[in-house]
Amino acid sequence: MNNVLSIYRKELRSYFNSPVAYIVITVFLLIAGWFFATNFFLIGQATVRTALSVIPLIFIFFVPAITMRSIAEEKKSGTIELLVTMPTRDMDIILGKFFAGLTLLIVAILFTQAYVITASIFGNLDGGPTFGAYLGLILLGATYLAIGIFASATTENQIIAFIIGFGIIFVFFMLDKVLLFIPSPLVSVFEYLSTDYHFNSLARGVIDTRDLIYYVSLTAFMLILAGRSLGSRKW
Amino acid sequence: MINVHKLTKHYDQTVAVDNISFEVAKGEIVGFLGPNGAGKTTTMKILTCYMPPTSGKANVAGMDVLEGSLQIRKRIGYLPEQNPLYNDLDVLEYLRFVAELRGISKDQQNARIRKMIEVCGLKQVINKNIGEMSKGFKQRVGLAQAMIHDPDILILDEPTSGLDPNQIVEIRNLIKEIGREKTVILSTHILPEVQATCNRAIIIDKGSIVADGSLQELQAAFHGLERISLEIKAAPNGISEKLRAIDHVKTVKEESSKGDLHTFILEVEKGQDLREKIFDLSVAESWKLLELHREVTTLEDVFRQLTHR
Repeated sequence: MNNVLSIYRKELRSYFNSPVAYIVITVFLLIAGWFFATNFFLIGQATVRTALSVIPLIFIFFVPAITMRSIAEEKKSGTIELLVTMPTRDMDIILGKFFAGLTLLIVAILFTQAYVITASIFGNLDGGPTFGAYLGLILLGATYLAIGIFASATTENQIIAFIIGFGIIFVFFMLDKVLLFIPSPLVSVFEYLSTDYHFNSLARGVIDTRDLIYYVSLTAFMLILAGRSLGSRKW
Repeated sequence: MINVHKLTKHYDQTVAVDNISFEVAKGEIVGFLGPNGAGKTTTMKILTCYMPPTSGKANVAGMDVLEGSLQIRKRIGYLPEQNPLYNDLDVLEYLRFVAELRGISKDQQNARIRKMIEVCGLKQVINKNIGEMSKGFKQRVGLAQAMIHDPDILILDEPTSGLDPNQIVEIRNLIKEIGREKTVILSTHILPEVQATCNRAIIIDKGSIVADGSLQELQAAFHGLERISLEIKAAPNGISEKLRAIDHVKTVKEESSKGDLHTFILEVEKGQDLREKIFDLSVAESWKLLELHREVTTLEDVFRQLTHR
């Protein structure tokens, strides 16, 4: 546990010592802000609904960009050899990196609270769906981070890590968008496996344990895969 | 302390380490010598539990590298090849990170970091980003990292590469000092390094051990002919014949001859010191002996003989 904390702190420091964290947060807020502002000023709606429903789309390319570096870079520079020859478990490394990425993501998401406050001053904000959407965003982000870290653990090339991460996330995102082409017995399976389906369910303001279990288990599964991939030098 | 038995490691098709066995006792400083690609780094990676062997056994501190991995890693300090570091941290942040991962208790951390900064001469760069430092300082940070938890066993893969001559001497002295109580394995392809720091050398070539012993043993076992070079000022008739007439001289080669100045290289049977006889001969012949020098087989010769086939 101590090791997870050390790695977590070091990763956060790396994010905030380099421009990574600032660029990530700025670009994220620019895109999300644009969707909020068009609604707010052009259409005259005091709502965060559009902005929050666009964020999962941003996440598709945004999260693998955060994680692509995490392990691929360590492999490339050789620091992974230092890390794994210290008395740490492979899973400590993965978890430390995961929570650091999650912290960065939550910071970015929390900044969008500015839109929520603005909207609530000028209009009637629907509390339940907004809370549900935020919870959904964090869970969705965590799942994508786990996928991104797994992708990063499979290669020493950051760009390949990004593309693999993006690819896997895209598939999970698209699963409930292709239901028309799926034989009917499989529809519910595809729906259940889709990350966006569960997000929409939470964003309606209904906190369903099925959605929570889905996100937590997919995240855990992906993190374990990442740990396995890191340990593949021993195969 | 370290016990390696019939260790073999394959990478896909290539055999990196082929059936090697050796032992290292507590308090020894052992130099792994070998040309690039001989298998030094691979052996070290197995000993530090970075990767498992294909077959054979490696015991460190009484534990097998596969079963006791976590315990072994606690007791080893490791400086990997190329000395990888986190370029976006500064020295203090980095050493603290390593100290935490090494499980040094909170109240000990500062003392250990301060000690390492002092021992490795890092005072002037503690707040500098590692990425911006010179290679010499980076190497010292790498060494500080390896020793911060005061490990029983130090495994250093080319610890002095990229350092300037003064730093090399400092680091060697540091290693020697540590080696008084600790077990040290260092790899290098720089021979004087082994002579300066180690009490034993293991020479590896193409994945196999070709020699293992103390420096004196290696030199004694592998030296063939000794050479004597001399410069004589005398009239140029019959010098080389008279030199050849001395007992135990195998060959006489005249290197150069300018007027009355002649230089010769004599190859002599091993274990024979003929300098006195040559001196006596010169006196008897009233040659003026300007230079007389005996070359004993160096570790370098041993190394070349063993690995240059």
